[in-house]
Amino acid sequence: MADAHLSVSFAGPLVTFQDGGRHGLMRYGVSASGPMDRLAFDAAHAALGNPAGGTGIEVSLGGLMLACTQGDVTVAVTGGDFATVHNAAKGRSWQVLTLKQGDKLTVRAGPGGSWAYVAFAGTLQAAEWLGHSATHAGSGLGGGALRAAQVLRVSDAAVRADREGEVERPPLQGDTAARVVIGPQDTCFDAAAAEVFTTQPYTVSDAYDRMGMRLKGPELPLKGALSIPSEPIVRGSVQVSGDGVPTVLLADHQTTGGYPKIATVISPDLDRLVQYRAGQPLRFQAISAAQAVVIARESAHQRHVYLDCISIARGTLEQRLMRENLNHGVVFE
Amino acid sequence: MQTARFTAVADHALLISFGDQITDAAHQMVIALDQALTQAPPTGMLEAVPAMVNLLIDFDPVITDHGAVEGGVRALLKTLKPEALQRATRRVQVCYEAPFAPDLPAVAQATGLSEDAVINAHLAGDYQVLMYGFAPGYAYLGGVPGAIQVPRKPVPVRDVPAGSVIVAGPQCLITTLLMPTGWSILGRSPTRVLTDDPHHPFLFDVGDRVVFERISANQLGPVAHG
Repeated sequence: MADAHLSVSFAGPLVTFQDGGRHGLMRYGVSASGPMDRLAFDAAHAALGNPAGGTGIEVSLGGLMLACTQGDVTVAVTGGDFATVHNAAKGRSWQVLTLKQGDKLTVRAGPGGSWAYVAFAGTLQAAEWLGHSATHAGSGLGGGALRAAQVLRVSDAAVRADREGEVERPPLQGDTAARVVIGPQDTCFDAAAAEVFTTQPYTVSDAYDRMGMRLKGPELPLKGALSIPSEPIVRGSVQVSGDGVPTVLLADHQTTGGYPKIATVISPDLDRLVQYRAGQPLRFQAISAAQAVVIARESAHQRHVYLDCISIARGTLEQRLMRENLNHGVVFE
Repeated sequence: MQTARFTAVADHALLISFGDQITDAAHQMVIALDQALTQAPPTGMLEAVPAMVNLLIDFDPVITDHGAVEGGVRALLKTLKPEALQRATRRVQVCYEAPFAPDLPAVAQATGLSEDAVINAHLAGDYQVLMYGFAPGYAYLGGVPGAIQVPRKPVPVRDVPAGSVIVAGPQCLITTLLMPTGWSILGRSPTRVLTDDPHHPFLFDVGDRVVFERISANQLGPVAHG
C-alpha cells in the first residue's frame, strides 16, 4: 500500500496529534494527555476499522484545513457537532469520506462541541515521546501542534469505500448534569460549599484549554486561609483557587497541586463535559463513590457495544443495494 | 507508624493519606507504601502517584472498586517497614558561575552569607525526592539547609531555561522545560532529569537521595549555551 500526503493549509491553536494517551507516568509529573473526548476519538478509529489507540488529530474550535497532495485515503471525522467541507460538499462531523489526490477538507466549529477528531485509514506518522504521539500541550512533548505548510504522512493509506457515510453518534445523554463524587478535600471548604457546587448553575468561562476548564458561578469560599500539602490530581479533579473559583482539570492536568479539590467528575461524564463551550451553562450532581463505580461499569459496557456496532463496515453502495435485494428475495425471483 | 486515612476519588481512584502536615514520618510512609505497591500491586491497580503526605492509586473500576483496593492496601500496610527503605543516590552536577546563577547574589544578600558560603551550603544539603508535579520531570527535592532558605519571588521570571537549579523555602528543583518561575536560580545543570533513555526515562524515583556536585562553566559544556 502506498503513502498518502496531506498538506496543512491552516491549523488553529490547539490542533494537535493525539493517540490513546501516555498512561502510567503520573508519578513522574506526566499526565496521560491523549484526546479530550476519548469516546469520539475511539469512534473515529472504530468507524474506519482501525485498531484502537492509533494516532489521530484533535481539532479545536480554531479549525483545520487539509489538502491531499499525494495518494487517496479514507478519513473519519467525529466529535461534537463540527462543520466539514469536502471540496464543495458541506457536511458535519460523524462521517467517513475518502480524500483523493487534489481534494481539500476543512473541519471547523459548527453548531456545538469544542473538540473534533480526524483519523485516517492507515498509520498517521507523528513524533513520539516515551512511545506515544499524544501531545502534552503545555510542554509540546509528543507529536506536537499542527502548523500551516506541514505535510502529514499516512503510511499504508487505504481507501475503504465500504465505510463511507454517516457514523452513528454515541447514545445521546442529553443535557444532564456532570456527576461528581464529593472530595477529597471538601473539609477545607465552608460547610455549604459542596451543596452550592452541586445545586447552583455554573457556566464555562473563556479560560478553557487542554489543561482545564475554569467555571463561572457561585464562589466556593475556603475555610480560613487553608493551604494543603501538594497532592495528586486526576483528570476530572475540581480544584478551587484562593479566589473561590472552581476549575475542572482535564487531559493535560498537573499531576500534583496544592489547591483543595471540592469534588471529582466521574470518568464516564468527562467526554460529554469537554464538549461544552465558553458561555454554556452546566450543572454538577453529587453521587456516592459506590454509585460512581456502578455507572462506570455500565458506561464501559455501553461504550464497548457502541464501538463494536460502528466498527462494522456497512458495505459499498453496490453491496448495500445487493443486500437489500437479497433481503427482499428480488434477485432470485 | 502513621495511621492511614482512605478517601474515594471519583469512580477510579483512592487517596491514602498519612497526615495533613508535611512531616518526615508521613512522607516515609508514602515511600514505603509506594515501594510495596510496586512489588505487589492490588488487582486492577493502574498506577500509583506518591506525593508529600499521601498517595493516590488509580484503578480500573470495571475490575475492582474502592473497597477492594482499600483492603489490599490495608494488608500491605501491616507489612511495611518505613525505617528500612531502599533509596538510590543520584548525582547531579551544578555550575554555580555567572551567567548561570543569576540569583546567587540576591540569595547571599538575603541570608547574610558570601556567595561561596551559599554554594557550599547548597552542596551540603541532604536532598530527597519528595514528589513530581507541575510539569513532566519536575521533581521536588526536600532538604535545602535552613541557612539558605529564601521565599519565592513576588513576581515570576519568564523563560527560565531547562536545567536551571532553583530553590524556594526548603525545596530545590532542576527544571526540565523553558518555564516561568518565582524560585531563585542558583545554578545550571547538564544532568538531565528527562534522560531520553527509553529504559530509564526519568532520572529520579520518588524517595531517591540526591547529591549535588560542583562543576565549572567549562565542564557545563554546550548545553549551557543552548
